[in-house]
Parts: sequence; structure tokens; C-alpha cells
Amino acid sequence: MSGMLEPPPTLLRRRRRSRLFRLLCLATTWFSLFVLVVLLVHATREGLPWLDVQFLTDFPSRFAERAGIKSALVGTLWVISFTAAISVPLGVAAAVYLEEYARKRPVNTIIEVSIANLAGVPSIVYGMLGLVLFVRWLALGRSVIAGALTMTLLILPTMIIAAREALRAVPGSIRRGSYALGATQWQTIRHHVIPAALPGILTGTILGLSRAIGETAPLVMIGALTYVAFVPEGPMDAFTALPIQIFNWVSRPQPEFHQLAAAGILVLLAALLAMNAAAVFIRQRSQRNRA
Amino acid sequence: MTEPALTADTANDVPILEARNVTISYGDKPAIREVNVRIPERRITAIIGPSGCGKSTLIRQFNRMNDFILSARLEGQILYRGVDLYGPRVDAVEVRRRIGMVFQKPNPFPKSILRNVAWGPQINGFKGDLHELVESALRKAALWDEVKDRLNESALSLSGGQQQRLCIARALALQPEIVLMDEPASALDPVSTSRIEDLLFELRERYTIVIVTHNMQQAARVSDYTAFLDTGKLVEFGETDQVFTRPKEKRTEDYVSGRFG
Repeated sequence: MSGMLEPPPTLLRRRRRSRLFRLLCLATTWFSLFVLVVLLVHATREGLPWLDVQFLTDFPSRFAERAGIKSALVGTLWVISFTAAISVPLGVAAAVYLEEYARKRPVNTIIEVSIANLAGVPSIVYGMLGLVLFVRWLALGRSVIAGALTMTLLILPTMIIAAREALRAVPGSIRRGSYALGATQWQTIRHHVIPAALPGILTGTILGLSRAIGETAPLVMIGALTYVAFVPEGPMDAFTALPIQIFNWVSRPQPEFHQLAAAGILVLLAALLAMNAAAVFIRQRSQRNRA
Repeated sequence: MTEPALTADTANDVPILEARNVTISYGDKPAIREVNVRIPERRITAIIGPSGCGKSTLIRQFNRMNDFILSARLEGQILYRGVDLYGPRVDAVEVRRRIGMVFQKPNPFPKSILRNVAWGPQINGFKGDLHELVESALRKAALWDEVKDRLNESALSLSGGQQQRLCIARALALQPEIVLMDEPASALDPVSTSRIEDLLFELRERYTIVIVTHNMQQAARVSDYTAFLDTGKLVEFGETDQVFTRPKEKRTEDYVSGRFG
């Protein structure tokens, strides 16, 4: 009976396909990593020599060696903090309403479809909306708060969709267990559903905020592109932001400014990584009791 | 009075729990049809029957867990000490606080053992000594000795059987009069199952327990009364001994002797 367990030709063929698919997945992973590495290497080679404390503490200047990124960095921190403070509660509340409370009614279906569509609207459109709504009508001017509100509009659809997915993934058994102990719907949501969905909600938040920190177009639209040589001290102050400063430098002819732009990109990436790290940290803490 | 054959607890005029002419439908499809049953106090009542006979539907109606199934519709009455559970002035949240439930699959919260037991009393405004309450609930559920040194560990670190006893402790911490159990041991191994059965035996002195089970041996072992459901109808209800050894209905006899189901 020798040869009984040797693979028949069809199995060999299936095996080959299986290996091929694995290689394909590996290749795509490496490709996306490769692009990132090229970007990082290029930005580091260009920008690292310019990246020092002075770069972080100096205001922009028309002399490359004296130019710094302070106003843009602080401006970005202001805008992103306000964006987070406004968009997280709004996004989570909207997701909780749609997922936990809303019945299947035509109006709710329209809301759902609209949110999905809004996630695909180009950011420049949100910039125009922000200009009309916040800068003009609400007379907030070209301020941090107008920028944060515009960014909030931009990232809310993404955050709501991600938070809804996370809420939907919370097992029904947890809800039933909670209700069976005489909990109200709010107690169930507050103590069980939201904590269980927190990792997914955080992922959506980070995706949204990462998009906001890198967006340039809407800020250009609401007029943050002016030369700003001071640090905002309140939400009503004018501001500039990192991507705008980078854009500014890149559009100058001198090569020194291009290197400054690379240094700015490094700062932007560092800010992004710090935000991601914070999210991972919160997620770990919230999951201590799971598993 | 209702038909005497369906009345086990004739000594007590107002039973702790009673289904009166209950029909439960999902959409147009009735899952329970015209069931009359009086659950005796401080006894274990088993509900048995083949898969899909409506056992779980009926037990979920006893603490208004069917409220969450939008298509579920109830005709007839469920009475708790003579009060209609679906009456206009009755709050479902209060019903569930008084009538506890343990589910088929252990569903502890992903929190510490302590928090699992303490949470119910806390949200219901318990003012006394929480630790004492938690200890007594865990003792009643025969879990205290196994967890007393690890109360702050995650409930998910417990074994399946321990998790289910934790869920029982969690229900008992609210000091309910009635505990409903929907196949509480069906997801457990034989050793854990027998521990749950021992526990039921200890609890019957203090609580009214209604247990749904598809395991006939289990029903015979632990219950005082047995209701046999088939295709949504109550075929027979009586003392467990009688139902298993001298069933009045042919259908019951066929089922308990393993001829179908």
C-alpha cells in the first residue's frame, strides 16, 4: 500500500495555488511598506540636518537658516485638540443614536446613506462650507475654532461609521446579561456597550484625527494660508498649521526651503505617531480585563 | 379556576408566576399556543420539550426579555403574584430586577469577578455593604472558595463552569424571588454540569427556579415539577416523578422514554 498518502495531482495543484496566494499577500504588504520607507528615507536625508531645537522654537522666516516651525506646530496642536474635543463626543453620540436607539424608519435610512456619502466628499468642499458657515456666518474669522469646526465636519462621517461598526460588533449576550440585571438602556450602553466598543471607536478616532492633522485644502480655503509669526493663545486667534507651512516651503524656489519642508514632514509624522501611540496606550488599558 | 390538570400548586391561591392563556407569536407564526401554567413557589420547575417547541420563548416572556424582539407579540397574561407583568403601570426594568435570568452560554461581563457581581446591585441603588453582598452571592453560587483570592481578576479568566456559576451569583446578588434559567448547563462539560445541578438543589429552598432544559435526565434529577411542551403547546404539567414515571399523556410518555425529540 505504499504511495497511499502521497499527494494526488489535484492536491499538488491546490497546494501551488495556496503558496501563490501567500506570496501575493506578502508582495503587497512589502510594496506598501516599501513606499513608506522610501518616503521616510527621503524626508530624513533631506530634513534631518535642519531638525533641531531651533527649528522647533523659531517662527517662519524668509531666511532659511532662521526659519522654524513653531507657529505651525503649535497651531496644529491647537486645531487638533479642539477637533478631537468636538468630534469625539459628537461622533460617538451620533453612532450610539443610530446604532442603539434609532428604529428602522425611512428618515433614518436617509441619514445613514447621507453619512456614508459625506465620507466621500472632497475635503475642499468642506473647506468652502467652513468658510461660509463658520468664518462668515458665525463670524468666527480665520480662527483656531473655525479650523477645528471645519475639520470636525470633515472627519465626522468617518468616525461615525467606524464607531457604528464597533458598536454593532458588541455581542448581544453582553447586552442581554445587562438587561437581565435590571439595567436601563442607558446603563447598558454606558457600562457595557461603549467600553466593549472602545477599541474600535478609538481606531476610528485616530483614523479621523490622522486625516485632520494632514489635511491642507480645507485650511487653505478658510484662510489659514497667511504668514503667521505668532502662536495662537486662544481659540479665537488666527493660526497656521504644519501641512500649510510645508506647502508654503515646498512652493519656494530655493532648495534650502525644500529641505525645511522635509524637516516639517518629519515633525508632522512624529506628531502622527505620538497620536497613534496614545491610542494604542488607551486601548491596552481598556482591554486589561478582557481575555 | 383553570383546568385542574394544569394546576400543580392547588394549595396556594395566588401562584408566584402564572401564564394565563398565553400565546406568543413572532410575526404571524405562533411559537407558544394557549399555554396555562402555574409555577409553584420555592420549587424547581423544569420546562422540557423537543428543539423548537417554544421553551425558550416562554421563559423569556417571564422576565420581559422578549421585549427586545420587535416582532414578538403576546396574547394572554403573565402574572407575577397576581400582577400582570405587561400591565400599563409595570416597568420592564423593575420586572427584570426582581426576576433574574441565567442564559445558555455563560456571559460574564469583561470586567473583574467582583464587578460582575457588584454591578447589578450598584446600578439599582444598593446602599449596604457591597463586599458582604458579593461574598454572600458567591457563596450561594458555590463559587466563593474558588475565587475569594482573585476577586479583582477578570471574570473571563474563569473556566466555563465557573463563569456560569458567576452568572448565577450575579443574578442572586439582586436578591430576586425568581431565577429563570435557559439551558444553563448545555454549554458545559459533565463535571461542571453536575456542579450546577448540585447548586440548583441548594437554591431551591430559597428561590423559585424555572429551568429550561433539553436534557431529560437533568430535568428528572433536579426538578420538583415538570412542564412538557411540544410544538408550542403545553402537553402535560405535574410533579416531576409523575410526569416521568406515570405520564398521563401518550405524547409525554413517548418523549420521556426517548421515542422522539
